[in-house]
Amino acid sequence: MPVSVGLIIWYLGLAFELGFVVCSVARGSFFRYIFLNLYFVLALLSGAARYWALSAFGLRSDQYMYVYYYTDALLTIALFLALISLFSHVFGELGFGKHIRLGAVVLLSGTVLFSFGVVTQSSSRLSTTFAYELSQNLYFVGLVLTYILWGAVLKLRETRTRIVQFVLALGLYFSAYAASYALLNLADKFILIQYLSQALGCFLPLSWTLTMWRYTDESRIVPAQLVAVPR
Amino acid sequence: MMAALIFVISLTTLLMFFVSYCRSLMASSSRHVLSEEVRDVTGIPSEASGRDFRRVVQLLQLCPEEPREGTGLQAMGLYFALLNVLQKTVARIAPSVQTWADHEQAGCGYFAAVALDRRIAYSREMLAQQAEL
Repeated sequence: MPVSVGLIIWYLGLAFELGFVVCSVARGSFFRYIFLNLYFVLALLSGAARYWALSAFGLRSDQYMYVYYYTDALLTIALFLALISLFSHVFGELGFGKHIRLGAVVLLSGTVLFSFGVVTQSSSRLSTTFAYELSQNLYFVGLVLTYILWGAVLKLRETRTRIVQFVLALGLYFSAYAASYALLNLADKFILIQYLSQALGCFLPLSWTLTMWRYTDESRIVPAQLVAVPR
Repeated sequence: MMAALIFVISLTTLLMFFVSYCRSLMASSSRHVLSEEVRDVTGIPSEASGRDFRRVVQLLQLCPEEPREGTGLQAMGLYFALLNVLQKTVARIAPSVQTWADHEQAGCGYFAAVALDRRIAYSREMLAQQAEL
């Protein structure tokens, strides 16, 4: 991929991430969606760390590779926590907060142990492969959890527009990411697919920023209009 | 083989989330009552039909964009195109799909009309601000 195009997409992603944090501060919703904000703050810090490693050591250096994979694993954990916080928003009124937190800890620990188990059996470069394996597995868990959360949103007839749009954007992001990852495995020689996977990173911050900007916490939606086939 | 399977599954969930995303956009604009002017310009009495979408999009291109609009219109354009494909394929065998797709395209039309209404209001606001200066 030409470096300039890759860098432009990267800068765009960083701008959208900053946009979300600024927007939620301006809207007075920073603490209400603290884990979503934490994810983007971490994404900005990761971007800075990656940029530093890239300019100091170069694209093909071991140092850049370590920084890249470990910040990626950290970001995936932060996104997992953001997803769990959306669960808390949806199930909060039912008093399931404690169970959700416990379930999240068990799931996260289980995924870490599973990734570690897979890596120790098959790899000599334990540290970077572990970070990569953990990210992949957490993305898969994230996709399944988002699907479950969307089911709960429909079943519980969630009316808060922001929550509905956050969950849908997350579902789109996880599905598109998984599809592009599979496509990359099937046909990695096409440059467009490489652009596509990188550009997908801009989608989540952009759609969440627009949701934060366009709607307030009081905005409501009719849940029956969300299902494709009327019940 | 595994990659192909993951691709198909993720594409299916992507499609499902995309349809719901577009429906949530339509739902958020469905309560907006169109102004008299937009009704006159677009020829939409109270409920839009699928045929209105393309015409309203052409009208939208004549108005300056409203900053908060975002990518909703592009998403809706893609949804409309998907529905068109559905109408030309599956709907020919299953009439119920045709009815559903028509209803969805009408929703797309109404969404575009609401966007036009907002753009006109925004342009008016800008002009008023300029006049004050």
